[in-house]
Amino acid sequence: MEYFVQQLINGVTLGSIYGLIAIGYTMVYGIIGMINFAHGDIFMVGAFISLIVITALGLTVSTGLGLTFVALILVLVCAMIIASAYGWTLERLAYRPLRGSFRLAPLITAIGVSIVLQNYIQIAQGARVKPLQPIITDGYTLMTKTTEAGEFVVQISNIQILIISVTVILMAVFSLIIAKTSLGRSQRACEQDQKMASLLGINVDKTISTTFVMGAALAAVAGLMFLLYYGVIDFFIGFVAGVKAFTAAVLGGIGSLPGAMLGGLVIGLIETFWSAYFSVEYKDVAAFAMLAIVLIFLPQGLLGKPEVEKV
Amino acid sequence: MSKQPLLQIENVETFYGKIQALRGITMDVHEGEIVTLIGANGAGKSTLMMTVCGNPRAASGRIVYDGTDITNMPTHEIMRMDIAQSPEGRRIFPRMTVYENLLMGAAVTDPQYLEEDFEKVFDLFPRLKDRRDQRGGTLSGGEQQMLAIGRALMARPKLLLLDEPSLGLAPLVVKQIFEVIKELNQREGLTVFLVEQNAYHALKLADRGHVIVNGVITMSGTGKELLAREEVRAAYLEGGAH
Repeated sequence: MEYFVQQLINGVTLGSIYGLIAIGYTMVYGIIGMINFAHGDIFMVGAFISLIVITALGLTVSTGLGLTFVALILVLVCAMIIASAYGWTLERLAYRPLRGSFRLAPLITAIGVSIVLQNYIQIAQGARVKPLQPIITDGYTLMTKTTEAGEFVVQISNIQILIISVTVILMAVFSLIIAKTSLGRSQRACEQDQKMASLLGINVDKTISTTFVMGAALAAVAGLMFLLYYGVIDFFIGFVAGVKAFTAAVLGGIGSLPGAMLGGLVIGLIETFWSAYFSVEYKDVAAFAMLAIVLIFLPQGLLGKPEVEKV
Repeated sequence: MSKQPLLQIENVETFYGKIQALRGITMDVHEGEIVTLIGANGAGKSTLMMTVCGNPRAASGRIVYDGTDITNMPTHEIMRMDIAQSPEGRRIFPRMTVYENLLMGAAVTDPQYLEEDFEKVFDLFPRLKDRRDQRGGTLSGGEQQMLAIGRALMARPKLLLLDEPSLGLAPLVVKQIFEVIKELNQREGLTVFLVEQNAYHALKLADRGHVIVNGVITMSGTGKELLAREEVRAAYLEGGAH
C-alpha cells in the first residue's frame, strides 16, 4: 500500500510534465491539423534556457526561500518568453509558407526543424549532459511502515508539490482561456472552420501564431520542471519526452485539451507503475502498448470528438 | 440613383486554378437595396460572393466598397468594414453553442452593442433563443440557416451578403427567412446582396436582379421585370444551360 502511494505520487508528477507538453501538440494539431514534431525540442530549449538563467542568477539550494521563489518565477518568465519566440519563429519560417501545400510537407518539415534544433543546441551547449544541483529539496513524509527489511517512507517532495500545483494552475488557466475568452473562441473557430473564421473578421494567421506561442510557453514550463525534477538535461531530452507527450495527446484524443491532460497522466502513471512492479526496461513498451490498445477500441482517443457533424 | 453605389463590382474575373469561374462580372448594389443574383449550380454565384470577400481573390477587375478599393485586401480586413456574409452551406461552428456562434459573429464589433444585438437576433429568430446553449451541429437545417443569418447580423453590417439561404429548407421555413430579410431591409435599411437558386422567391423580394450563366451576367432588371420574362423561367426549369 505504501509502495503504491509513493508510485502514485511519482506517476502523477511525471504525468504532469507530459501533460504540459502534450497540450502544445494537441492545440497545434487542433488548429492546423499538423503534428508539430519539433514541439518536444521546444521543451528541450525551454529546459536549457532555464538552466542558463538559473546559472546566471547563481541560484543554489542555500538561497533563501523567498528569494528562490522570486528567482524561479523570473526563470519561468524568461524561459516562457524565449521559448515562445522560438515557437513563433518556427511557425513563421517553417510552417506558414507550407500552408495549403500537401499534408505531408509540414510534417516532414517539422521533423527537419526538430533535427535542426537538436543540433543547434548540441553545438551551442555541447553534447554532454548538463547537471544542475538540486535547488528545491526536502519534502513531507506522508506514511511510514516498518518491516523487517527496514523502514519504508512515503514522501512527497517539495519539487513534486511544485510541479503538480503549477501544472494544475496552468491547465486551469488555459482551459479557461480556451473556453471563455474571445481569443479562445477565435482559436476554436479556426479549428472548426478557418474560412468561416476569416469571414467573421478573424485574423487566422495571427490566431495560429498565438497558438504556437501558447504551446511553446507551456513546453518551456515543462522544461523548467523537468530540469528541477531530474537535475540533468541534454540536447536529446526533447525527443524522448516529445514522443511520450505526443503519445499522451493521441491517447487522450488529439485536438482535445482535457484529453491531453488525461493522456499525460495516464502515460505517466503507466510508466511509473510498470517500472515499479515489472521492469524498468519495458516501461516504454507498456506505454506504447496502452496507446495501441486504446486506439483499437477508441480510435478517436479517450476524450476525442467523434466526427459526427450535421450539414 | 446618382449616388455612389455601396458595392461596386467592375469587370471581375476569378479563377480556380486554370478554370475560369467569373468572366467579367459588372454589377453594383446601392445602399438600402436588395439585389439578387440568380443562377444555376456552378454558374459562379457563390464564387462572386466569395470574391467580394477576397477569397478567392479576383484575378482582374475591381471591387469597391463604400469608396474603398477592397479587391486586394485580406478577407479578415474586408469583413471588418461592415460587410457580413451568411455563406453557402451555412458554415455553423458545429462544436460551439448557438450563443458562442453568435458571439463569433460579433468578434469585431464594439462589445457595448452586444446585449442589444443578441436581443435583436433572438427577437427575429425566437427559435435560437430556445436553443441558446445547444451545439450548432445539433440544430436542424432551418435553425442553422437562422443561426448563420443571425451570426452575420451580430457583426452590425451595412451590407449583408446572403448565399442561398433557402437551400434545403422546407417551404414554410424559406418563407419565414425571406420575411425576416424583407423586414430587416425595410425597418433598418439594411442593404442585402442575395444569391439564390430559388429564383421565384428571390426576385419577388429583390429591388433588382441579375441572372448569371457560366460566369457571365446575361440578364438584368428589376425583380418584377425578370420574373415576368420567359427566358428567366426557362433558364430555371432547364438548369441554365443556355
